[in-house]
Amino acid sequence: MSVLVNRDTRLLVQGFTGKEGTFHSSQAIAYGTNVVGGVTPGRGGEKHLDRPVFNTVADGVKATDANVSVIFVPPPFAADAIMEAADAGIELIVCITEGIPVRDMINVWEYLKAHPKTRLIGPNCPGIITPGECKIGIMPGHIHLAGHVGVVSRSGTLTYEAVGQLTGLGIGQSTCIGIGGDPIIGTTHIDAIQLFNEDPDTHAIVMIGEIGGDNEEKAAAYIKQHVKKPVVGFIAGQTAPPGRRMGHAGAIISGGSGRAEDKMAAMADAGIVVCPTPADIGAKVKSVLK
Amino acid sequence: MRYIEISPPIIMKIHEYQAKALLTRYHLPVPRGEMVATAADAEAAAQKLGGSVVVKAQIHAGGRGKGGGVKVVKDAAEARAVAERILGMTLITHQTGPEGRVVQRLLIEEALPIAHEFYLGIVLDRSTGKNVFMASADGGVEIEKVAAETPERILKETLEPGVGLLPFQARKLAFGIGIPSKAVNASAAAMMALAKANDALDASLMEINPFILTKDNRVYALDAKINLDDNALFRHKDLLELRDLNEEDPLEVEASKFGLNYIKLDGSVACMVNGAGLAMATMDIIKYAGGSPANFLDVGGGANTEQIRNAFRILLSDSSVKAVFINIFGGILRCDTLATGVVAAARELNVKHPIVVRMEGTNVELGRQILKDSGLNFTVATGMLDGARAVVGLAGRTA
Repeated sequence: MSVLVNRDTRLLVQGFTGKEGTFHSSQAIAYGTNVVGGVTPGRGGEKHLDRPVFNTVADGVKATDANVSVIFVPPPFAADAIMEAADAGIELIVCITEGIPVRDMINVWEYLKAHPKTRLIGPNCPGIITPGECKIGIMPGHIHLAGHVGVVSRSGTLTYEAVGQLTGLGIGQSTCIGIGGDPIIGTTHIDAIQLFNEDPDTHAIVMIGEIGGDNEEKAAAYIKQHVKKPVVGFIAGQTAPPGRRMGHAGAIISGGSGRAEDKMAAMADAGIVVCPTPADIGAKVKSVLK
Repeated sequence: MRYIEISPPIIMKIHEYQAKALLTRYHLPVPRGEMVATAADAEAAAQKLGGSVVVKAQIHAGGRGKGGGVKVVKDAAEARAVAERILGMTLITHQTGPEGRVVQRLLIEEALPIAHEFYLGIVLDRSTGKNVFMASADGGVEIEKVAAETPERILKETLEPGVGLLPFQARKLAFGIGIPSKAVNASAAAMMALAKANDALDASLMEINPFILTKDNRVYALDAKINLDDNALFRHKDLLELRDLNEEDPLEVEASKFGLNYIKLDGSVACMVNGAGLAMATMDIIKYAGGSPANFLDVGGGANTEQIRNAFRILLSDSSVKAVFINIFGGILRCDTLATGVVAAARELNVKHPIVVRMEGTNVELGRQILKDSGLNFTVATGMLDGARAVVGLAGRTA
């Protein structure tokens, strides 16, 4: 009852021995995630958090048969880390790093086209969690509850907000995916919604977007055509002044597209229950599940 | 997660004269000119250039011509007179906001005999993950307007990663926007130079508007706008020197020193939030509750008490603030850490403003207890909407 990750996931951590890598890996291990090892160039052969450290992702995959990696590598080196994981045959790469230059991501995007079996989540995202089974990223595990609502969002804390409301109402989640706020990201809303639509154990979908780009409009068009499950949506940035960057590089309104009102109209037109404020998300999900 | 090595501004913008100097390195033709900061230097520069010159105010905003910041003058004496008038004036354009910007520098440039004005630009196409080169015969006007009304008049060529703008693509664009055969090679070379500069400088936006054709078939970048990708500044330390702090809000500059993402707005409810999405949603909900946000502030996912203290100080130095709304969903940032920081800051700064705190997540009970035990006047809200309503009410009452 989940998408992409579950208790069989074998996770390799890139940037394993750094401060962020260490902290979030120990949190993941405590949650029950199957962390099989990590990569820090030059530290191969050591043990860290009672797991093996490898010099390269390829070495790590060979020794552990890892199928998923998470990246806690600083921005100047993060694009390289993504491509290294793809080259090593990793199926799912979750890149948490914030602040990767756009030019680097343009190259990554091109590189990944030659690796069609690899899926990227992020960068600049909180990660992915299947409650009770596998936590990959920086989200607080304890606010989640296993269940049947799929959550996809560009924002980290706003996802926690939605999940907190759901859990508070006793509504569990199948999988929560933070796709990230950058202009170039691997998995988009539409990709995540497709996965939730095909997952028999996901009964409803929460889609949280924000201003900028046309990711949400495309997802709305897809939902209108293909999705029968109830979808509840919210768009952040309804009052953001045009042209100012609000933390997420993707949230720049350019020209006529990317505006909150256009996205909300497209979502409503697709039959999505659009919440006027994020405070309503939990209650709206409860109402559509009845 | 954040890695703070340098403190870049929110979007690094540079002046026209700086953009032109950078583009010259890549052999893009620009008019001869000089940056000056006094009327005497303006006269000297005009004398050196000879004949008719253009006096252009240098501020980080478009619409300078309409605002009275760009003047064509017939000789050096007039250049001096006009410079005296423009230097020190507060220039208001559609991009500066009502407070405008004080002009401190001028660009004195040779005046050219313009036959036609075109538009050139490079932006990221998020749907393909590639940069796109745009060209239009409709230069000298707002390109957003052209895009909205006559999109077919903007020609586009995709820049393949690692390849850039190819000669045939540049020729296609040049012929397509109606550049005469005699000037096509020079135009194509200029376009390729622009694409090369965009890549080399890690620009997030480049615009040449207008790109001009002279009556004798020469081409020039008459204006130049470059925004740099602040995430890439770690590999362009030299470009950091181009930052002009006079053009930035002093509070935003101060906030960036502490790794805080702060944008000043014009309302009365200050907000302190963790995470960009939640911070935007908090502004939205303040508006929904009938109030108006004084700022956007994202303290980040892993803020410490020192950052919280500085965030508080920056929020409260905005004199239009009437009340403060703290909305935190504790993940990595634990609620007890936040509460400790808030209490310490409120004591130290002797805060008189009403403060509404809404916390959820890790160690929330402990955090609420710390607020309660402090004896300070906090209003503790349980949900986002309750909190927003409470703070909007308090802001109105103290107004």
